[in-house]
Amino acid sequence: MNIATATATAIATETETANPAASRGAAWLAALSGNAARVAGYPASVQVADAALGGQPARFVALVPDPASAWPRARHGEAGVIEGWSLARAVHEVVQADRDTAIKRPVVAIVDTPSQAYGRREEAFGIHQSLAGAAGAYAQARLRGHPVIALLVGPAMSGAFLAHGYQANRLLALDDAGVEVHAMGKQAAARITMRSVEDLETFAASVPPMAYDIGSYATLGLLWRRIRVGHAAAPDAADLDIVQGALLAALADILADPQRDLRSRLGGPNRQASGRVREVLARQWDD
Amino acid sequence: MNHPSLLGRESFVELGARARAHALLDAGTVRELAGPFDGLVSPWLARQGVVPQADDGVIVAKGRIDGHGAVVLAIEGAFQGGSLGEVGGAKIAGALELAAQDNRRGVPTRAVILFETGGVRLQEANLGLAAIAEIHAGIVDLRRYQAVVGVIAGQVGCFGGMSIAAGLCSYLVVTREARLGLNGPAVIEQEAGVAEYDSRDRPFIWSFTGGEQRIATGLADRYVEDDSAAIRATVRALLAAGPPATHRSERYAHYLARLRSYDPARQPEPQTVRDIYADGASS
Amino acid sequence: MEQLQFEYPAGAPAGRRVLVGVVGSGDLEVLVEPGSAGTTVIDVTTSVDGYGKVWDAQLARVFKAGPRAAMRIRIHDFGATPGVVGMRLAEAFEALDASADDNSKEQP
Repeated sequence: MNIATATATAIATETETANPAASRGAAWLAALSGNAARVAGYPASVQVADAALGGQPARFVALVPDPASAWPRARHGEAGVIEGWSLARAVHEVVQADRDTAIKRPVVAIVDTPSQAYGRREEAFGIHQSLAGAAGAYAQARLRGHPVIALLVGPAMSGAFLAHGYQANRLLALDDAGVEVHAMGKQAAARITMRSVEDLETFAASVPPMAYDIGSYATLGLLWRRIRVGHAAAPDAADLDIVQGALLAALADILADPQRDLRSRLGGPNRQASGRVREVLARQWDD
Repeated sequence: MNHPSLLGRESFVELGARARAHALLDAGTVRELAGPFDGLVSPWLARQGVVPQADDGVIVAKGRIDGHGAVVLAIEGAFQGGSLGEVGGAKIAGALELAAQDNRRGVPTRAVILFETGGVRLQEANLGLAAIAEIHAGIVDLRRYQAVVGVIAGQVGCFGGMSIAAGLCSYLVVTREARLGLNGPAVIEQEAGVAEYDSRDRPFIWSFTGGEQRIATGLADRYVEDDSAAIRATVRALLAAGPPATHRSERYAHYLARLRSYDPARQPEPQTVRDIYADGASS
Repeated sequence: MEQLQFEYPAGAPAGRRVLVGVVGSGDLEVLVEPGSAGTTVIDVTTSVDGYGKVWDAQLARVFKAGPRAAMRIRIHDFGATPGVVGMRLAEAFEALDASADDNSKEQP
């Protein structure tokens, strides 16, 4: 507990001096893993740590900025070509390791990513396929019985979120202005629709699925829990305690659930049509 | 000289989504589910002044292919660029879920997805994105039992979150007109500048993301001429083959190894990718 | 975006339902279902405001020209010209008259 507190304080200080290495994702990964050593062999942008969750082994994975990345369009925590395949590796390794064991260890995706990487290199080498590698790995882990939890601590955007987090059994998010979910970043969306960011925000706020804030996102019924903490950007001991409690509750909820698909996401007040479509399909399915 | 195949060729690219679905299913077996008369329009478009389409741009056509139960999920590229909203996304995800369920009760239903889409419909942003995540989940589930075959014919191509779905399919069929990429050219140019990606340079775009390049670099499985009969035959053969032992999306070790020999300091040419991914076709 | 409604006298309800067209730029989709005997009701949703009179004139020409089955018609229009509207309506009528043993009720 003392080590966690000291670590959290140290990280908080680093954040105040704007150290790019101490992004939200990195801070929460360090805190949740008790500052466990990162698994070797991964690029600096994909941090993987094996640590206990509720006394049992678990893997924690985060995307973080790498200003020194050799890929110039993937330096700010984006999910690029290397990141996608590396995420796939991080998850597949866990599935392979637990292949013959009854207990499948949890995988916690700590989500703090501005977008997928946009660039010529990326399209040329098939970034779509790389992100499919990641999404597929998380989905396969979930289908094999691994509890997969996504913890949104910062932006969870478009292709990056599809690759890292959106295949989780349960989605948890910090209740904080820095946590946003969307299909396209505000700046990019404003530019492509030729509006100011302010106009876009005003308009988007009036249409629940278009809004950026986590409160509006919650009305879609996709989130399992929103978590209030004191310092979303850099957790202290109390914050860590709260989030660990939420993760354990999510874990218990998953383990108690015989279904390992994504059906728990249906039923939100602003997502009724999604259920209705499925009802109609089911009713009409058999000849 | 007679080219009967050329004379008898029916363009698949020129067909709308409904006609494409009919072209792939055995004649007389087609039923449309959750169709345009079932009242499932988008709950979000009218309030934004966008005229809805009664089937929300997605056709779920159930029938038989080669005598085996199959569902074809066809995206209408002419409606809002084939972008997926809540209802259209739910149609695809829901059908995949039911197909997987069929397989679990011993009914070997297969699925074919016709990708003609820019990805998420921005007017429905988070609901489109969530639906696409469920489509990903549905493909990974179903492909355990049956091959999930994706077809990208053009002219819209396959972009956004649905390009990730394409990457999860057991097999991808592409034409020369097809494009497969994550980000739309206009957005890349906007974010990274015209020197990085010129969205008006069509040969440039096709040279990196077109069907021919994707086949040559092992990121697609069959390259077919724009002919309904040829595409139908190819889809049938792939469904009959069953899922591969390893899906392309599982080959992280292979791709990471190949990418180690690419130095990102220099922009790649199309040939660079062919060289790096040489013999990288799926097992 | 504008919503318009029109009604015309008609005969017995149409025998089937059909769909033609697509809501692409400059195009429209037309959904036809059997209506209540005696009346054809048309609901038009159009992306172009202010053309109520043009729709009225065109649809009146089409539906008052001669006896037609009673239909419930929905039109989703994305800026089609009257020429394209006329073409899609003609397509719809043709599909309505198509052989009853054609398995697919929607026009691919």
